[in-house]
Amino acid sequence: MAKFTKKRGKANPEVSTASLPDIIFMLLFFFMVVTVLRDAELKVSNNVPSATELTKLEKKSLVNFMYMGKPMINYQSTYGTKPRLQLGDKFANISDIPLFLEKHRSTVQEVQRPGISTSLRVDGDVTMGIVSDVKTQLRKSGQLKVNYSAKKRVD
Amino acid sequence: MPKKRAKDRMKPEVNAGSMADIAFLLLIFFLVTTTIDVDKGVYVKLPPWSNEPPPEMRLNSRNVYSILVNANNELLVRGEPKDIKNLREDTKEFIMNPRRLENMSQDPTKAIISFKNDRGTNYKTYLAIYNELKAAYNELREEEAQKKYGKSFEFLDKVDQKEIRSRIPLVISEAEPTNFGEEN
Repeated sequence: MAKFTKKRGKANPEVSTASLPDIIFMLLFFFMVVTVLRDAELKVSNNVPSATELTKLEKKSLVNFMYMGKPMINYQSTYGTKPRLQLGDKFANISDIPLFLEKHRSTVQEVQRPGISTSLRVDGDVTMGIVSDVKTQLRKSGQLKVNYSAKKRVD
Repeated sequence: MPKKRAKDRMKPEVNAGSMADIAFLLLIFFLVTTTIDVDKGVYVKLPPWSNEPPPEMRLNSRNVYSILVNANNELLVRGEPKDIKNLREDTKEFIMNPRRLENMSQDPTKAIISFKNDRGTNYKTYLAIYNELKAAYNELREEEAQKKYGKSFEFLDKVDQKEIRSRIPLVISEAEPTNFGEEN
């Protein structure tokens, strides 16, 4: 028994925290890699529906995003509750689409322009009216590659 | 206090204790700004726009699979109300027509799916139906690939994939939506 009592005096065990920075850095790098800095602040509600037959969007620089949905609560006093279109970080009208597409097109190299696609991020509760209008306008502008953004559903 | 000798002072050490704090700060920043984005979706190729009315086409009605969705998100498939759960299997049967029925497509290459919705249809329903149709085609292609090459469609080489695609082409024709229902 003496063996045990002897220890008590000097025992002051400390967990080494030297590796803590390394662990944190590891986490940090993970999040840095997966982070996509949002370029546009969402002004419309945007809860996309789920689907199974999904295609991945290939190159981010070749994609332009269009958001559709009800304006968020703090914008409802100015913009009402009807579903609206958001281009970039602004509310927009259907007639603004050609200019928006042209602006994006000019940032893309000429060789890559046929690969440009549009991602439609539409809230699930929106009715098809506004979506049809946008689709018609896209067809008129010659932007035919469209991706209806959706979440993965497993069934 | 005893004077330190020069030798002892020669070991300068940067205090690394705050390293963790700095890293934490960065970590929290990235945690907050992260949105693990949904970068996937249902891919659709829209038909080009033309101002002229579409050419009059005489189609054998047995080759047309018409789907109508109204503003109450109800389905009318070839004149009969239908549940979306059965849509995939029915579409597959229509396209392939394994029993050679008179009222189904003559050949997968001739099958046309005509899809019409209302302006008041819910987008969720619309996408669900589109997804089912796409799934039907993808499953058929998958089955064909398994039968012919004993391999999954996605692992086939480009030429074979193209061959199967031309054998079972995806033709979904979307008509101009009707305007009966109420939009939100």
